[in-house]
Amino acid sequence: MSVLVYTESWNNVFRKNTYETVSYAKTISNELSEELNAISFGEVDRLELEKLSTYGVTKVYSFTKINKGDSQTVTSIIENEFSNSKLFIFSNTYTSKMITSRLSIRLKAALITNVVSTVNSIDPLTVKRQSFSSKAIEKVTAKTNKVILSIAPNSYQLIENKSNIEIKIFDIEKGSDLNILSQENSTDKISLSEAEIIVSAGRGLKGPENWGMIEELASLLNAATACSKPVSDIGWRPHSEHVGQTGKAVSPNLYIAIGISGAIQHLAGVNSSKNIVVINTDSEAPFFKAANYGVVGDAFEVIPKMIEEIKKSSL
Amino acid sequence: MKILICLSCVPDTTSKINFTDDDSKFDKSGIQFIINPYDEFGLTKAMMLKETNGCEITAITVGDVSVEPILRKALAIGADKAVRINHDPKDSYSTAVEIASYIKNNSFDIIITGRESIDYNGCAVPGMISEILNLPFVNACINLEINDNSIKMIREIDGGKETIQAQMPIVVAGQKGLVEESDLRIPNMRGIMQARNKPLNIVEPINTTVFTQSIKFEKPKEKEECKLIDAGNITELINLLKNEAKVI
Ligand SMILES: Cc1cc2nc3c(=O)[nH]c(=O)nc-3n(C[C@H](O)[C@H](O)[C@H](O)COP(=O)(O)OP(=O)(O)OC[C@H]3O[C@@H](n4cnc5c(N)ncnc54)[C@H](O)[C@@H]3O)c2cc1C
Ligand SMILES: Nc1ncnc2c1ncn2[C@@H]1O[C@H](COP(=O)(O)O)[C@@H](O)[C@H]1O
Repeated sequence: MSVLVYTESWNNVFRKNTYETVSYAKTISNELSEELNAISFGEVDRLELEKLSTYGVTKVYSFTKINKGDSQTVTSIIENEFSNSKLFIFSNTYTSKMITSRLSIRLKAALITNVVSTVNSIDPLTVKRQSFSSKAIEKVTAKTNKVILSIAPNSYQLIENKSNIEIKIFDIEKGSDLNILSQENSTDKISLSEAEIIVSAGRGLKGPENWGMIEELASLLNAATACSKPVSDIGWRPHSEHVGQTGKAVSPNLYIAIGISGAIQHLAGVNSSKNIVVINTDSEAPFFKAANYGVVGDAFEVIPKMIEEIKKSSL
Repeated sequence: MKILICLSCVPDTTSKINFTDDDSKFDKSGIQFIINPYDEFGLTKAMMLKETNGCEITAITVGDVSVEPILRKALAIGADKAVRINHDPKDSYSTAVEIASYIKNNSFDIIITGRESIDYNGCAVPGMISEILNLPFVNACINLEINDNSIKMIREIDGGKETIQAQMPIVVAGQKGLVEESDLRIPNMRGIMQARNKPLNIVEPINTTVFTQSIKFEKPKEKEECKLIDAGNITELINLLKNEAKVI
């Protein structure tokens, strides 16, 4: 009756939220006095697999030749190899969403996504999740024996918990209904859902040519860049940067909002950020009500100063 | 070709969210309901496919009578038929079971849904439908083209994009990119008139088993008062972020 944690990799290394999820899973497996098994699909460096022991994994099953985007095959493998597991822990990524929903049907297991709390009770399993696009937190109970939890990124911290690990490599291959023709990585950038700091800008920046300072600030802070919806609608920035109720929901440690008014739809996707800094010329901008720190001022003056200060202080 | 578009009926994006019955139920009073924005992109894509490839579009919603206005809107925009499954959705599983059962009895080439509903945010219904029917599934789709019986799509993945080819029937969960914001349609007078003669069928649910139960809602903690920093004193801002918030 062990606990299984799904570990997602990107370019042969595990994602940051994989380790968050492993830490989360370890806490529950300890409470249940169960072992923690992990499963991984696609090529992953050996050292990475070993690193899972730092967070308490006792056994990892690595299917090196299975494409993690092939949700049908991945689901079948999990179903067949882990029929004994009761709890399945994932992180809320696009790829895992295709797997968890299938697995829920196969295993007749309740699926609770967007989880933001540790377990409130084990039997029946009860957790809190984000709903209404971060405007509410919902307490949900599973009505089934087996349960799948999908943890929101940046909602659980890493906890070291050393264990001995056994690594099992499988090199089986499987055909797929989906033929993946090509993959385009934006690897030079930090992914929005995982970023600890996000520098985001809105229509207040006037035009795409002014994003140089945003990118410079982001790169100094090792941050991802984001934007408001109109900015991606007009094509100043790519769709993948659009955050908010109808874009991506993010919850970094620090969200810097520059020239964004703070409409309710924008706030819905960002207000679970742990710290919010707002820079806006209009002291009445609604965003200030959701901010921890605010500067009433012109972005074209404030941002270069921030860049200068950060450069100075990191010398 | 037959397309099914799954429409979730959700509170307007400007809504303030409140709860009743000891915080166990969403308070619908005074709330305006809309087509889930992700689903609206899907509906618009279906309309474009109808215009280029000549498809028949069915719009489906699982819900009580209060969801009918969004189905009528879909008909006015150009869907050919609407179906309401007469069941107040309790969880993703029960919703997916009902939609899958309708698909089994009526067969479609493409089943389009949104990436997620903006109220429940389950990101679960489309994947569950595809598993119940043993169909391929593409999540977070941002581009879709049809050639004969094969369908080519681009999906967003964490950290990039993937181009995929598959056979129909297929379940596709869409978002912005599938069509652009400027492609979205508003019903015109002619559409509204025509919609009156289009069928809106009501189907009784087959199964009411649930996998999860919602117990209680709470609102996120209010932010404390915002600390204002003078625009002339950015040193102070950086200082606070470093030493007080400890985030940089
Ligand atoms: C169905 C629906 C869904 C939506 N979903 C989203 C969503 O997911 N995400 C989202 O972001 N929006 C969403 N919106 C749009 C939202 O309502 C707002 O229109 C949008 O967030 C405004 O973007 P903005 O703040 O960049 O632009 P504006 O509202 O134009 O604000 C620009 C701000 O910049 C400030 N400014 C101007 N010049 C400067 C300067 N030099 N320095 C500093 N500040 C300056 C102004 O004071 C102003 O506050 C949605 C709307 C609808 C109807
Ligand atoms: N009650 C419903 N009726 C019809 N379609 C739905 C319903 N609930 C969810 N869906 C579809 O499933 C998608 C994902 O919803 P969810 O799994 O709730 O995030 C939505 O974008 C809709 O396309």
